[in-house]
Amino acid sequence: MPDQSPISSVNDFVVRFANVNGSGSASANELFARSILRHGVPVSPRNIFPSNIQGLPTWYEVRVTEAGHLGARGGVDMMVAMNPQTWDKDVASIEPGGYLFYDSTKPIPSSKFRADINVIGVPLTAITNSTYTDPRQRQLFKNIIYLGALCALLDMDPKLVEQLIGEQYKSKEKLLSSNVHALHLGRDWALQNLKCPIGLRVKKSDKVGDRIFIEGNSAAALGAVYGGATVCAWYPITPSSSVAEAFTSHCKKLRHDPETGKAKYAIVQGEDELASIGIVIGASWNGARAFTATSGPGISLMTEFIGLSYFAEIPAVIMNIQRAGPSTGMPTRTQQCDIIACAYASHGDTKHVLLFPEDPAEAFEFAAQSFDLADRLQTMIFLMLDLDIGMNHRLCRPLKWDDARQYDRGKVMTAAMLDEPGRDFGRYLDVDGDGIPYRTYPGTHPTKGSFFTRGTSRDRYARYSEEGAVYADNMQRLVRKFETAQDLVPRPLQANAAKPTKYGVIYFGSTAPAMDEAIGLLEARGHQLDRMRIRAFPFHSSVASFIADHDFVYVVEQNRDAQLRQLIVNENGIDPVRLVPILHYDGTPITARFIANAIGDHQDHLKVTPLRKAVS
Amino acid sequence: MTYIAKPKFHHPGLKKNDLGYTHRDYEGKISTLCAGCGHDSITASIIEACYELSIEPHRVAKISGIGCSSKTPDYFLGNSHGFNSVHGRMPSVLTGANLANRDLIYLGVSGDGDSASIGFGQFAHSIRRAVNMTYIVENNGVYGLTKGQFSATADRGSKSKKGVMNTDNAIDLVAIALQLGASFVARSFSGDKSQLVPLIAAAIRHKGAAFIDVISPCIAFNNHAGSTKSFDYVREHNDAVNRLDVLTGRDPITVEYAPGTVQVVEQHDGTRLALRKIDADYDANDRLAAMTFLQKHAAKGQVVTGLLYVDPDAEDLHTHLDTVETPLNTLEAKDLCPGTTALEKINASLR
Repeated sequence: MPDQSPISSVNDFVVRFANVNGSGSASANELFARSILRHGVPVSPRNIFPSNIQGLPTWYEVRVTEAGHLGARGGVDMMVAMNPQTWDKDVASIEPGGYLFYDSTKPIPSSKFRADINVIGVPLTAITNSTYTDPRQRQLFKNIIYLGALCALLDMDPKLVEQLIGEQYKSKEKLLSSNVHALHLGRDWALQNLKCPIGLRVKKSDKVGDRIFIEGNSAAALGAVYGGATVCAWYPITPSSSVAEAFTSHCKKLRHDPETGKAKYAIVQGEDELASIGIVIGASWNGARAFTATSGPGISLMTEFIGLSYFAEIPAVIMNIQRAGPSTGMPTRTQQCDIIACAYASHGDTKHVLLFPEDPAEAFEFAAQSFDLADRLQTMIFLMLDLDIGMNHRLCRPLKWDDARQYDRGKVMTAAMLDEPGRDFGRYLDVDGDGIPYRTYPGTHPTKGSFFTRGTSRDRYARYSEEGAVYADNMQRLVRKFETAQDLVPRPLQANAAKPTKYGVIYFGSTAPAMDEAIGLLEARGHQLDRMRIRAFPFHSSVASFIADHDFVYVVEQNRDAQLRQLIVNENGIDPVRLVPILHYDGTPITARFIANAIGDHQDHLKVTPLRKAVS
Repeated sequence: MTYIAKPKFHHPGLKKNDLGYTHRDYEGKISTLCAGCGHDSITASIIEACYELSIEPHRVAKISGIGCSSKTPDYFLGNSHGFNSVHGRMPSVLTGANLANRDLIYLGVSGDGDSASIGFGQFAHSIRRAVNMTYIVENNGVYGLTKGQFSATADRGSKSKKGVMNTDNAIDLVAIALQLGASFVARSFSGDKSQLVPLIAAAIRHKGAAFIDVISPCIAFNNHAGSTKSFDYVREHNDAVNRLDVLTGRDPITVEYAPGTVQVVEQHDGTRLALRKIDADYDANDRLAAMTFLQKHAAKGQVVTGLLYVDPDAEDLHTHLDTVETPLNTLEAKDLCPGTTALEKINASLR
């Protein structure tokens, strides 16, 4: 008997599956997460996987959260320990009073367990071996069998799981029935041999609503389809590859001419990141909407072209699915560590527009918007996702589109416009005072509007020039253009604390769900914070006023060097002491517990009553 | 010498082509290259070829990398859009441009440093992707703009102007292009415009990856004794396999050729290439034979020129990607955006 009372919780717990990668566990685990959603209970799953294809440890964590906290929680209430390699670490990570689910076919010495947890053994290998002869089937169905056992242990409705299996294998009757059979094998065994349910239970609720369950990379790719991207060039790199793969599959369904069957898009897998961004810039120069998806090392390789895009003013979109750097870093771990690298990418004086979506729904919106912004501003737009948003299924509001929406192709001079009497075309002429000149697409007019695009300096009419004043004039216009960008990019969102407070917090991107949850934890500790979620760079003027309105502001981010804080200090001339960095950068997604502890401790420290001065 | 404006007047009797354009309509700014540079002869040949083909000047996109050769697109087709991009990256920029609008003519101009060194990878991959383009390398074996360092096409054993011997093996871009599946491969010499102009014209008409390596002596840094890219050396070792006449349209061939001395290749667009054979056994439709021929002659120090290979059934990247006939850059929201009904279905499938 454990010397700790078993954890008892309905619709609020964390299950972690410890698997070996390449064992086919991913689909069973995802099925588990989806089944809970079908109970009307929100879940937040996360893949924790190695940079490897077969044989190394991989984990899948499902946070069951009726309250809808979609950030990582930290801690494990139930471990489904299917990987002997990581057994010790997995067992150690279970919360006291938690549950250990394991394959009890072979006896395990008692020293390998803990006294303060509840051990649930199911002879999975024995069951599969007595049922299946094919080794591959044994492997795959073992996963479904443990899913069945969990179904019984957590009091889940097997009909909902069956329904999901049915949807998955709609036209494959044989696979459908064999999966359902395996599910019941596991469930029946548990019902007959174990005390079901345990303290952790799933109870039907109505907290999911009309929300959808999608990975950020897939949503961003769909945003590119809706935003009118026709050219995609990419080079495989974790965690961004699934953006291009999703774009491919979305386009196959949505972008073929109904009459001819031909493709209204072109996707090229480049030989490297340099070629990928080169293709994007060539296509954009020629008037198509084009993008690439990459991660940190790819950004490093693309920087020369990024400078060209900035200086020659060619629209382009890079989706950067950030992973832990520097160098190869931790390729399968999440961070927000390319903020500075992207904001100032390339040599010379450069600045780039960054967008920070918080979840897949915003990734969809911002991806579509990034093409309008790129065309309007004639510059590079970075859509800054990270592995946590990109490669995990996230519950989010349904994707929305307005059919009346037209693409903003920006300032493009047509042949008719060039023929207007008195019309002056200078490629780098600031006719409207917003720093944005007109461009023409190649092939527009037989005698007017052609120009020579170059990365060298040139005058307002695109003629080569090394005159200092001409160069400075152009660089100043680029600053004006960047100021124009401030009012075009998504604005920060502000939420004030229930009670007036002197303190604020700034955060962005995938930190959002953990931050929202942390606010509640901090309130419980008596700390009130106004919060601002930054959604883009350049920063809107409200960022500076938010900071000015508070004694100091915490800046929560997932990198070592407080990169967003640096950018705010640098760009807004803020006194650095007014911005307190809260940094999480071990490659795991930031948690509400971490934020609440870090900010809470800092706040508690402020409340310490100073010792009275010694009477002299 | 860009500060010297090119005079706009021209002789009233200047000949016009089928579209009514004169030679001058295909010119660009005044060249800033050294007097006597081989590249200027290539520029003149491009102008000549475009004039003869009666191409609308503005329907050409001219794209280059960085270097002396890459500056030249400013010196021809002044009414075309040009893009002097990044060192060694012309092929990717051109590929992207081509994907965006399949209706323009793509002229990629590069040098040996640009294509055989820093951009060797991009050169190779644009060729193997069969991008519909005319890819011209103005090959002088040196880095001119940085004053005479060897490039990767410099032959082993050749000497620099300062007398340094090159000990590295040379990259033969023609051999590589053949191996990578270029469907039109030629080599020429900037000093032989009568050979070069029809080659450029045929390459422009070719639908697929057309590659022309033009040996173009650098008058400032690589035109001395001991160089294998000098005017004298190339003239002495030039081994032309054929001379090309480009015949457009489907009119019968009226030029008299002695039997067995001409090979006629008909391309997809109806252009016919009449190859007057110099080497009677050379078959320009045989890729493997071309590769062997090239290697054998290179070993003897000869510079093989002419149309070395052409595939009359060439395909291009758009064929492989099965893209719509309409240029992608003209598609609008109504063509590209699946709309709310489709999105509702997608949302429903994600619950």
